[in-house]
Amino acid sequence: MTKAITVSGLHKSFGRTHALDGLDLEVAAGEVHGFLGPNGAGKSTTIRVLLGLLRADSGAAQVLGRDPWTDAVEVHRRIAYVPGDVTLWRNLSGGEVIDLYGRLRGGLDARRRAELIERFELDPTKKGRTYSKGNRQKVALVAAFASDVDLLILDEPTSGLDPLMEEVFQACVEEERDRGRTVLLSSHILSEVEELCDRVSIIRGGRTVESGSLADLRHLTRTSVVAELASPPDGLAELPGVHDLDVRGHRVRLQVDTDRLNAVLRSLSGAGVRSLTSTPPTLEELFLRHYQDEATETAEPDTAVAR
Amino acid sequence: MTTFAVRPGSSRQLAGTGTLLRFALRRDRLMIPVWIAVNALMVLSMPGTLEGLYGTPAERADLLRQMETNASLRAMVGPVFGDSLGALTAWRVGIYAGALAAVMSLLIVVRHTRDEEESGRQELVASGMVGRRASLTAALLAAAVANGVLALLVTAGLAGQGTTGALALGLGIAAVGMVFATMAAIVAQLTESARLARGLTAAVLGAAFVLRAAGDSATDGGTSPAFGTGGGSSVLTWLSPLGWLENLRPYASERWWVLALLAGAVALQGAVAYALAGRRDLGMSFLPTRPGPASGRLGSAGALAWRLQRGGVLGWSIGFFLAGVVYGGMTDSAADLVGDNENARRIFERMGGQSGLTDAFLASMVGMLGLIAALYIVASVLRLHGEETSGRAEPVLANAVGRVRWAAGHLVIAFGGAALIMLLAGLGFAVGYGKETGPILVACLVQLPAVWVIGGLAVLLHGVLPRAALAAWGVAGAVLLIGWVGPALDAPQAVLDVSPFGHLPKLPGGSMQWGPVLVLTGLAVLLVAGGLAGLRRRDMST
Repeated sequence: MTKAITVSGLHKSFGRTHALDGLDLEVAAGEVHGFLGPNGAGKSTTIRVLLGLLRADSGAAQVLGRDPWTDAVEVHRRIAYVPGDVTLWRNLSGGEVIDLYGRLRGGLDARRRAELIERFELDPTKKGRTYSKGNRQKVALVAAFASDVDLLILDEPTSGLDPLMEEVFQACVEEERDRGRTVLLSSHILSEVEELCDRVSIIRGGRTVESGSLADLRHLTRTSVVAELASPPDGLAELPGVHDLDVRGHRVRLQVDTDRLNAVLRSLSGAGVRSLTSTPPTLEELFLRHYQDEATETAEPDTAVAR
Repeated sequence: MTTFAVRPGSSRQLAGTGTLLRFALRRDRLMIPVWIAVNALMVLSMPGTLEGLYGTPAERADLLRQMETNASLRAMVGPVFGDSLGALTAWRVGIYAGALAAVMSLLIVVRHTRDEEESGRQELVASGMVGRRASLTAALLAAAVANGVLALLVTAGLAGQGTTGALALGLGIAAVGMVFATMAAIVAQLTESARLARGLTAAVLGAAFVLRAAGDSATDGGTSPAFGTGGGSSVLTWLSPLGWLENLRPYASERWWVLALLAGAVALQGAVAYALAGRRDLGMSFLPTRPGPASGRLGSAGALAWRLQRGGVLGWSIGFFLAGVVYGGMTDSAADLVGDNENARRIFERMGGQSGLTDAFLASMVGMLGLIAALYIVASVLRLHGEETSGRAEPVLANAVGRVRWAAGHLVIAFGGAALIMLLAGLGFAVGYGKETGPILVACLVQLPAVWVIGGLAVLLHGVLPRAALAAWGVAGAVLLIGWVGPALDAPQAVLDVSPFGHLPKLPGGSMQWGPVLVLTGLAVLLVAGGLAGLRRRDMST
């Protein structure tokens, strides 16, 4: 089996709200897959469909080769899930919850449990509400990483974790990948995604707008160029793919679609280049561009990126 | 450099109280009026009922004589201090109205103090221009508003029986309400959980009832021929705020100084609550949570459900057993008293069936416990709803746990627990009454099909209409109302038939009818099956 998760044309509405509007998602077995999108894009709804907690209106979904709705229990035996907001029972200690979740899945590796509690600096004897937000997340994270499963579904798992714990979390995800497990990671922390993910899917308005490796996606974005020229430039504005052109005497600033860079460079060297700085697109720009809502993007196509 | 001028010592501990009070009253705009209406209706309907029961002076003299000699009846309703319709009303419903006002008040106060802190909502509220003691003040004021309106209604409604007595009863009921409002305010500072705060305050109320009952049964109360002058209450009665209400003696040369006692208790408890509230960190308590085990043995959804519900099951079990003992203990004497009054006998017989009075009394008491067991089963079934809406069900169901398996853990406790508490009530009767153990046990268990139908309705609502799941409380309340008030009000059979309890055979004494028992059991099974089928098919709410 090469695909851990296959989703195509998923639709789900709550009353008049269309939470999912034909969403596609493919996660290969053994990869760490980033699942990105602005708030309300439908990430958590998708995850709940994948967990069989919600029933899709239409479309197909397969998790570990099975239907997540009809075979929920069998699928869940091989899944560990960490929600973005962990709620615990007030009269159960963190350790009890970790063991409960472990037993309700495929089982728990006791040695790894102890090691993870140490690494996450979690006190397993505290109860329910006495944990802070970050510590409640740790309870679910320890339970997930110590479980003997094939697929981890993590929905904004690091909300509330401090930077040191964020590092521990990233190390744990790396270890999971090394052990051949698949991870679906929904996150807003771009450095985390950049560090961990082999591939990402970006969704917006319940639809997948981009999917691929980070290197692939970078090609779709713009490079910013600042140049000091020997003579005023000519014809730059007419070149395809040039945005935010700003010419002040001999000084030029512009953004260019990365696949059109060559033509721009040729035009610049025609005017004689004295100095040139070219900045590859940052991940932030990539996401900002995709997170913008459609209205602003169509109305002001040139300023949409230049934030 | 800019400096911010904050005057020292001007922390304005009550800032924002007005806004919070309006907010509290808006949130409780349904709950408070319902509590007030039920309580006021109970009090105001009493003169009419009593007039029907004890219309003639001879009947009243008979009642007074009975109360003087019958200790267990005094334990149940307290002593009579006069034979006017007003005095009889105060006797018959006074302490119950006070207890009802106490429950309303403790719910209001805990809801706006500890509940808010436990949920974390208070943190955001307290970060605004809100003083350290504003929330507590607003909660107590909301309770004061509710009790004040209740006092007004009782006073106005009973004014026809005499204004002075009406005022005494109204103020007394409201004062008991406020005693338990301030008591809840203290307990809410001590515990971290709102559920525990409610339970502990309710336990204090139960203790107050028991103290008063014990005290009243020990002495001959005030029922000497010269009403209200002879026979002081025992020390035990004076230890209970409900005993104070009774000793205020509305409509029987009121002792106004007792009101000062109640007011003093309110002031004292209020002061303690304020002192505690000012010394405490937000969300923390004076009874800190103890650490738990570092690893656990819970390994299934069923074990988790039992862990979550075992405390409740234990509490209900103790309560039902004790209720059985108490009612069993007063059975003989109660039947004696009722035997002398034609009208009272009619009502008992309608509630409990036709046969001998002892059996009729037993049957009506068992029936009442059955109605209360309906509250247990609704509370227990709706734990499913609570787990789901709080977000705790989602990660459990994301494990290898089917929805039916998850629900079944709670449902076994709900439906089996109902059987357990009814069985324990029957054993309590056996201890308290000592005779007819077999028939009484059967009578207790025969209530179960009706209890299960109510539980089944709750399962169906949760499974099919999860947003309306809390309507199960309305169903249980309606059934309780029909069962308690229906027979006394001569309600038409069509109304009594709406409740599943109306179809049960009247045991002990009546003849066992398997028909309705089997039909109701079958109906309960269908309702549960329908609810579980709905649960399997629907989206989990998040």
